[in-house]
Amino acid sequence: MTRPAVRPDAGQASSATFLGLPAVVPPTAPRGVGMLRGDEPFPAAARRALADAQLRHNLGKATGTIRARRAGVVAELDDWDRLRAAGAAIKDDVLAHLDDYLTRLEEQVVARGGVVHWARDAVEANRIVVDLVRATGATEAVKVKSMATQEIGLNEALADAGIAAWETDLAELIVQLGHDRPSHIVVPAIHRNRAEIRDIFAREMGAAGGVPAPDGLTDEPRALAEAARAHLRQRFLSAKVAISGANFAVAETGTLCVVESEGNGRMCLTLPDTLITVMGLEKIVPTWRDLEVFLQLLPRSATGERMNPYTSMWTGVAPGDGPRAFHLVLLDNGRTATLADPAGRAALRCIRCAACLNVCPVYERTGGHAYGSVYPGPIGAVLSPQLAGVTDNPSLPYASTLCGACLDACPVAIDIPSMLVHLRARVVDAGRGTGRPPSAERAVMAAAAWTMAKPGRWARALRAARLGRLLGRRRGAIGRLPPPLASWTTSRDLPVPPAESFRDRWSRRQAGDGLGSLREGQR
Amino acid sequence: MSQATPRPAGDARAEILARVRSALADRPSPAPVGRDYRTAGAGSPSLAADAPRQASLDLLSRRLVDYHALVRRVRLDTATGDGAVTSGAGADGADWVDAGKAGGGNAIAAAVAAALADRGVRRLVRPPGLPPGWLAGAAGVEAVDDEPALTAGELDAADGVLTGCALAIAETGTIILDGGPGQGRRALSLVPDYHLVVVRADQVVAGVPDAIARLVTTGAAARPQTWVSGPSATSDIELNRVEGVHGPRTLEVILVS
Repeated sequence: MTRPAVRPDAGQASSATFLGLPAVVPPTAPRGVGMLRGDEPFPAAARRALADAQLRHNLGKATGTIRARRAGVVAELDDWDRLRAAGAAIKDDVLAHLDDYLTRLEEQVVARGGVVHWARDAVEANRIVVDLVRATGATEAVKVKSMATQEIGLNEALADAGIAAWETDLAELIVQLGHDRPSHIVVPAIHRNRAEIRDIFAREMGAAGGVPAPDGLTDEPRALAEAARAHLRQRFLSAKVAISGANFAVAETGTLCVVESEGNGRMCLTLPDTLITVMGLEKIVPTWRDLEVFLQLLPRSATGERMNPYTSMWTGVAPGDGPRAFHLVLLDNGRTATLADPAGRAALRCIRCAACLNVCPVYERTGGHAYGSVYPGPIGAVLSPQLAGVTDNPSLPYASTLCGACLDACPVAIDIPSMLVHLRARVVDAGRGTGRPPSAERAVMAAAAWTMAKPGRWARALRAARLGRLLGRRRGAIGRLPPPLASWTTSRDLPVPPAESFRDRWSRRQAGDGLGSLREGQR
Repeated sequence: MSQATPRPAGDARAEILARVRSALADRPSPAPVGRDYRTAGAGSPSLAADAPRQASLDLLSRRLVDYHALVRRVRLDTATGDGAVTSGAGADGADWVDAGKAGGGNAIAAAVAAALADRGVRRLVRPPGLPPGWLAGAAGVEAVDDEPALTAGELDAADGVLTGCALAIAETGTIILDGGPGQGRRALSLVPDYHLVVVRADQVVAGVPDAIARLVTTGAAARPQTWVSGPSATSDIELNRVEGVHGPRTLEVILVS
């Protein structure tokens, strides 16, 4: 397939007066459904997570393991940087011509016996899937791990419709049986250690109506995997309907691709009569050849493997092999709103490898739940506010130290730190003109701007700051500022202001000693 | 969850495409895709483009063993096309089949028979188009054909499955099944707990781009595919890799040079 020609008017609009978002911004993901917004701001949730020593231990151990493995297999490829650049460029091309690629994909899927559905948002996607499952007469469905269906709250929608959705990925099973929430994109139960998993299996497997855990189940990972196998075996062999996400969709052939490890994906994609795949609009790659890039980038970045154990690819319906009915649901849910921001749209390059989570010093300490969204970590901090709107996730762009480790790790080179700064500006902009009284931060910033505008004001302010020495005279540092500045010192000390500012020192020396005369001599 | 007044479904497509076009009002024109990474024919980081066939088999063998697949290696005599032997365990952890011990004749059949005997397989799923000679030495093994199609329960009751493959990637230790002759539909290599697969030297390519290029040129790209790299595994418990979940818990590969 040839790539779409560059639009004849490309570049003209941007050289004119285009400054940012287009005049009509597509809607963000709706409230009240799915999992893109937290119940509380990140700092509050993070504070609670930080108090959980077990969580910090589990996360530190797991992310340390995966960082080492990823580094090892990435170092094996001498063309990693070039693959990464190609991955970014392919995704940028997809985004720039998304309308063309979407219609091509639809054409190919339909030509090969599949049915394509379009969902503007989570509500619509859930309704489509519920109706499709109902039409088969089934009252249950097996599920392949999928971020898109987590994002839209599909399991809850199915449950409301009387349909049981069984998660089959080991980590998703741990989360579902534990009545828990996922905390990582690739390893949703990363916050659980083996002993906790053993307890969940022993307690919940029988209660969930499946094969109970064997007596005397140990916390050996091999024994836990064996228990999951026995628990789900009959469910796989008798399932009529499966629901999956997709890692990639090839526009030129209509081929869908799912990468996985356990074989639960293969079971779901192969054995049932009906397969329903829910896929974000941005998961497209134009050609088969593009897979040669992503099937190298993804496994090494995600699980630190040269290749994940199983990759399934299917194109429409294949007579005599696999499901007899295939439905593809194309999901917007805030993706076009994200696409509308030229400085934010690169977040849609994301292939959900979670490498940025594993290297993030903030994620490693707070875990995924603190982010409130199904997308945690650095990519979540830029994706969730864009999908759901910055006003609904105003604290997430600040959930970062801007250290840049996420950019270095990202296999499609998303500049997350710059995007975070951009989104912080959008959060501030969104707060303007709302009619609400100015926040303390805005009042302080306005005062600072006034002070710094004139040298005289600034010099007087610095001298006044010497009063702060009184606050820190005992410890040599200021541990607590008075209101309204108190929040600055809740998690950090402030150094004591010097007895003399640099400006005062400079003026004094210039008047009286050699430094000043040296400066004169240079003129 | 459903809305009080559902919007007409036909509108969703038009509306989403309109949203996309409005979002792209700035007409982004990204840089062209650079293909300056190792493309098809350029070898792989561990395998020079002009490496002898034996080197790619050695690499594939090491990668398979690394991911805990069992590997047996067979060397066919190029003069006669059958028989042949090299004995002793290779440095790569694979077992070389001793055709003398297996009674000579077809070395692939000897390796298959030895593998099935070691595993204790009695009922073996046989996909359509499997070369008949491969099971010539497997005494006491009942071959179960997928015609008519076996049920999931019947597949589950079998002890294992023997297949060929479409391709194998040396750099990643990956075997590609595309449902061609001797491979069968996808469920055959999934449900039985033991998967024995025969890989011929001419099916081995260096890297992922080589495999994709061959799938595209042979027209196999649109067929249902399964890429297998080692036995079923998970990294979900403390991010440690553990073999053996829902797919075949044992993957055994016979590499034919």
